[in-house]
Amino acid sequence: MANVHLRDLNIRLGGKDIIRGLDLQVAPGEFLVLLGPSGCGKSTLLHSIAGLVEPASGAIEIGGRDMTDAEPSERGIGMVFQSYALYPTMTVEANMSFGLRIAGTPKDEIRRRVARAASMLQLDALLSRKPAQLSGGQRQRVAIGRALVREARVFLFDEPLSNLDAKLRAELRRELKLLHQALGSTMIYVTHDQVEAMTLASRIVVMDRGHIQQVGTPAEVYERPANRFVAGFLGAPPMAFIDGAIDAAGRLRAGAIELAPRAEGMGPAPGPVVLGVRPEHVAIGDGPLRAEVTLVEPMGNHQVVWLRTMGAGGNALGALVHDARVFAPGQQVAFGIDASRVSLFDPQDGRRL
Amino acid sequence: MTGPLHQGAIEPALAPAVQPLREPARGRTRRRRWSPARIGIYVFLLSAAAFFLLPLYAMIVTSLKPMDEIRRGGILALPQAWTLEPWRQAWSGVCTGAACEGIRGGFLNSVWITVPSTLLAIAIGAVNGYALSFWRPRGANILFGILLAGAFVPVQVMIYPLVRVMALAGIFGSLPAIVLVHLVFGMPVMTLLFRNYYAGVPHELFQAARIDGGGFWRIFLQVMLPMSLPILVVAAIMQVTGVWNDYILGLVFAGRDNLPMTVELNNVINTTTGTRQYNVDMAATILTALLPLALYFLSGRWFVRGIAAGAVKG
Repeated sequence: MANVHLRDLNIRLGGKDIIRGLDLQVAPGEFLVLLGPSGCGKSTLLHSIAGLVEPASGAIEIGGRDMTDAEPSERGIGMVFQSYALYPTMTVEANMSFGLRIAGTPKDEIRRRVARAASMLQLDALLSRKPAQLSGGQRQRVAIGRALVREARVFLFDEPLSNLDAKLRAELRRELKLLHQALGSTMIYVTHDQVEAMTLASRIVVMDRGHIQQVGTPAEVYERPANRFVAGFLGAPPMAFIDGAIDAAGRLRAGAIELAPRAEGMGPAPGPVVLGVRPEHVAIGDGPLRAEVTLVEPMGNHQVVWLRTMGAGGNALGALVHDARVFAPGQQVAFGIDASRVSLFDPQDGRRL
Repeated sequence: MTGPLHQGAIEPALAPAVQPLREPARGRTRRRRWSPARIGIYVFLLSAAAFFLLPLYAMIVTSLKPMDEIRRGGILALPQAWTLEPWRQAWSGVCTGAACEGIRGGFLNSVWITVPSTLLAIAIGAVNGYALSFWRPRGANILFGILLAGAFVPVQVMIYPLVRVMALAGIFGSLPAIVLVHLVFGMPVMTLLFRNYYAGVPHELFQAARIDGGGFWRIFLQVMLPMSLPILVVAAIMQVTGVWNDYILGLVFAGRDNLPMTVELNNVINTTTGTRQYNVDMAATILTALLPLALYFLSGRWFVRGIAAGAVKG
């Protein structure tokens, strides 16, 4: 268990600024997820913590020690890669013990640690197999085991579940969470999958184009997104954005939608805003607003109903329905929006108001 | 009691149900074996094979005939009096210049040249390719570009400067000289082969080994080299055939005591004194070509892969 502290980190790759002036604190025992679209710099950031990418400037502290220029093996980290990166000519056991053998760890100690990791990951029966004889899920378990055996203070995961099929991904995701609960180690996890981020993280760092957009618990990031990018990136179906304005009385008008002033505290100043509505805050059946159903997506345990508000220049928004009501495209329905749960953004810079 | 009865009852019941299903399936999937197009392909392949094999056939037949039979003509006729004497002559009796000890000495010289030239070239080429692919030292691409450009310069252009350099170093006309020359000329292709092979290895594998604490040599020897068997075989085939078949470099750099088999063969065939012994010439030629031929037959699959590796990935 160790903390990680990144200070004013700048990373350039191939003449391009990937990360600029980034500061981040990771508390000991935290499960931190770096979330963002591909190319946002999250993997590069992880590689720089691992020592595989050299930062142009700034400092990386792990466990209170400056590790900016340290070799990857000296940093007390274990890393799990998307492509598993197992040594193809070595058995599972040799794969897991490779690092310890290099470090000159005594044989008994190696055997003890490999056995412990193998039993935690249910790999006992596979120790003498080669990676080619394993399934994708087993391979990724071995890769996790290789990090476990190192008894790393910080575990780094680089999209470890992206190569697995959906069922296995959900299974291994739960195992990872259990593993974190059992070990209590610091874990930094890179993904572009918001479900992984929401379910695993104690804190999520949302990144875009080399900058941190928001840091917070999954609930914070989801409920109170700091800007339009975060709001749009998290949530499926995504949040609907509708241009509108607030009048002098504090009423919000956005297309055909009208919302009363916020009860609690101060609303934003009058002027143009962007209204953001999550589908779960749209209730079909009761409410003053009217819309036409354009599309219905049944999901089994719920359905997503897509609406277009009535009138000229109608706006599209989705709604979640958790009962068995049947909707057909073209049908007109009444709906309401939970005004206390909507997000408002500045139309210029996209910041939350 | 009911178990066996049941099985007996089920099997015949299933059989007719399966049978009619299989029949049309077999009819659909079976290909007609002798369509006109197929016959055409075989005729072409067989005549092409005959065309290319005819010289080899003539060589073998001629090498097994006594001289008077050859003088009577009929180059494709089978020998009437079979003899292995020309082969014995070629191996250990024929004159190669001043000495008359056959091309046996040339064979051994070629082995002494080929073995170190192959092993060293592969070792250095593998390390080069590994370093270029994974460690990416500063200026690696420029270095690789220069190395590749070297592969396009004709060997003949380099001979005179190399002779001067070797003479200055005092090793001209020796075994180390010829091995060094083969190393230099083999290096671009060897490096290219290994670089391209390692470029296909996921970079994450290298990064994982780095996190495990592996250094330059440990990652090379314990992670990369064990998974390089296919390309090692390809490189060995290419280098062995290249070095064994070389004539001009051996003639210039090897010195009188280390002349390779190809040079000795030329001495046998171009001897101007006495009558021309065609049967011995043929036997000596086949003997010289035997090693690359054997290598090709034993590893045809790898051989093709080596050619493809150079052609597609270059």
